[in-house]
Amino acid sequence: MVKKVIKNFEIEYLQVLDENGKADEKLMPNLSGKQIKELYGLMVLCRTFDDKGFNMQRQGRIGTFIQFKGQEASQVGSAYALQDSDWMFPMYRSGAALITRKYPIHMLYLYYGGDERGLKTPQNQNNFPICIPVGTHTAHAAGCAWAQKLRKEKNATMVYTGEGGTSKGDFHEGMNFAGVFQVPCIFVVENNLYAISVPRAKQTHAETIAQKAIAYGIRSIQVDGNDIFAVYNAAKEAVDSARAGKGPALIECLTYRRADHSTSDDAKRYRSESELKEWAKKDPIDRLEKYMKSKKLLDDKSKEEIIKKAKETVEKEVEIYENFPAPNPEDIVKYTFSEMTPNLKEQLEEIK
Amino acid sequence: MPQMTIVQAVNSAMKNELQRDKRVMVLGEDVGVNGGVFRATDGLQKEFGPERVVDTPLAELGIAATAFGLAVNGMRPIAEIQFSGFMYAPFDQIYSHIARIRTRSRGRFSAPLVIRAPYGAGIRALDLHCESGESIFAHTTGLKVVIPSHPYDAKGLLISAIRDPDPVIFYEPMRTYRLIKEDVPEKEYTVPIGKAEIEQEGSDLTVLSYGAMMKYTKEALQKSKYSAEIIDVRTIVPLDTETIINSVKKTGRCVIVHEAPKTCGFAAEIIARINERCFFSLEAPIARVTGLDTMIPFGKLENHYLPGEKRILKAVEKVMSQ
Repeated sequence: MVKKVIKNFEIEYLQVLDENGKADEKLMPNLSGKQIKELYGLMVLCRTFDDKGFNMQRQGRIGTFIQFKGQEASQVGSAYALQDSDWMFPMYRSGAALITRKYPIHMLYLYYGGDERGLKTPQNQNNFPICIPVGTHTAHAAGCAWAQKLRKEKNATMVYTGEGGTSKGDFHEGMNFAGVFQVPCIFVVENNLYAISVPRAKQTHAETIAQKAIAYGIRSIQVDGNDIFAVYNAAKEAVDSARAGKGPALIECLTYRRADHSTSDDAKRYRSESELKEWAKKDPIDRLEKYMKSKKLLDDKSKEEIIKKAKETVEKEVEIYENFPAPNPEDIVKYTFSEMTPNLKEQLEEIK
Repeated sequence: MPQMTIVQAVNSAMKNELQRDKRVMVLGEDVGVNGGVFRATDGLQKEFGPERVVDTPLAELGIAATAFGLAVNGMRPIAEIQFSGFMYAPFDQIYSHIARIRTRSRGRFSAPLVIRAPYGAGIRALDLHCESGESIFAHTTGLKVVIPSHPYDAKGLLISAIRDPDPVIFYEPMRTYRLIKEDVPEKEYTVPIGKAEIEQEGSDLTVLSYGAMMKYTKEALQKSKYSAEIIDVRTIVPLDTETIINSVKKTGRCVIVHEAPKTCGFAAEIIARINERCFFSLEAPIARVTGLDTMIPFGKLENHYLPGEKRILKAVEKVMSQ
């Protein structure tokens, strides 16, 4: 009879930039001052888009809007590690990742305004439409990455879900397929501590989300999701490995949703003021700002300019959205199949 | 020309398409080394390699979902679900993503894939090995639903399905997989999706069926004294309404046979279309011979559930006597 430990596992945690904006230089990713400014500019742009979206919903100018406020680092930092030829599968809270991937901002407003044309990804982009059911798209990403591998491309696929998404069977099956077929897929789990009202502890008894990857033979790491350098570091490493044929990876970004789940939610019912205040102190944009100021990459004047520029960009996009021509009712029918069936032609006549 | 069974014709279709188009791949449980539990993929992995004919983990949702991702990113996957009764785990993927991506992305993305599944009762199999859920898929807008009844069509329709730019649910009649043999060309050919086939011309009444029930319907009608126009519907989405209407206009009477449950079964849709288009050509109410609005019983009772000769002939008599 034999009884012995046959395998031990460890979960790594990474933080480069602490809450006071002080970086561990040894762990700093290879980013130029220009790139750091670009990351900061992107986060500010995303926050501006997010605030504007919330306001427009309250003014009745768009429909239900999903904010990502507080999660800018985990989205911008991870999506920034991708190239245009890579694929990205967003969820409904992935606006910042999409903006980083050059998705037109007015199209996001168009989508939240109730217009499918907002999901018609520009022809030169590999951004998949926003996924509404939770976690179902994790398995699509595995399939997409599988195609990349079969064609021997040097590209990767990145998919975003939340810690709630990891409770779904789809997540299990997607991770399992990705592991078995060793496809270049990176699963970014933004663990923002709540799935609407249900806290992280009620999604899984596992101590980390990152450890779930172990069961599939997939590399994983937990990072401070409000630290853009840690997120970028982990994402860059995962993407480079995936490109090199080393298979999938999971990145757990520990972060916090500073807004309600959606504009239809009231998070005060399940979260305390003090908790919100605690997390406000850890805000990813403030943190990078402190770092940049200490490194003379930013001062009050240049900060004001960046904020002004972001506002101008967003306002311009709002204008495009609000002046967008009305959709054609024929579109309801037109895209059901590659060609309209006789049955659908008849139904189209009915609504004309 | 070789004689093939339905299952051999299905195999031959996939072989042709794997040869023709590098984007085509086959994935599913036991489809590789084992050649599928019904041998539908027999020999394909040996010929085309494990990257193109893939044994997947035992996970129907994962098969459908990764097939979707593969299709979106340029591949032409043929996913096998071992039995159609196991299509309800991936149903969410089919309904929520595969069927709607073209609409939701306004044509930017599409899912050109085929999900093949043996369907139907009559082989004394285990629970959930004998389902006929075609109406569920027909009601899921954005899917094409194809159900061949004999080997020649099985091959030609499957090749059409693989080449189709839209997602196709391809139901294979398990009960008659090996019961019908006929000439099937080894070379590629297509049978168009969306066209019914008049199997036998007749003047007294129109009898519509599809899939496994075609064989039993035709056999039953041989014992009828009436001249039946027998139509194999073949594709329920898109439905070839025109062929059906023209026939009913001619005969004025109609019987529809399928083994799926009656309520919201596809016969109901066909009847509605006949009523909309040629109600005044009807000499008698249309009769349905279908499975029951019950669970499909296990083997010992399934012949009571399935439409058989007696029920079909009774329906014909009823329609003819009015």
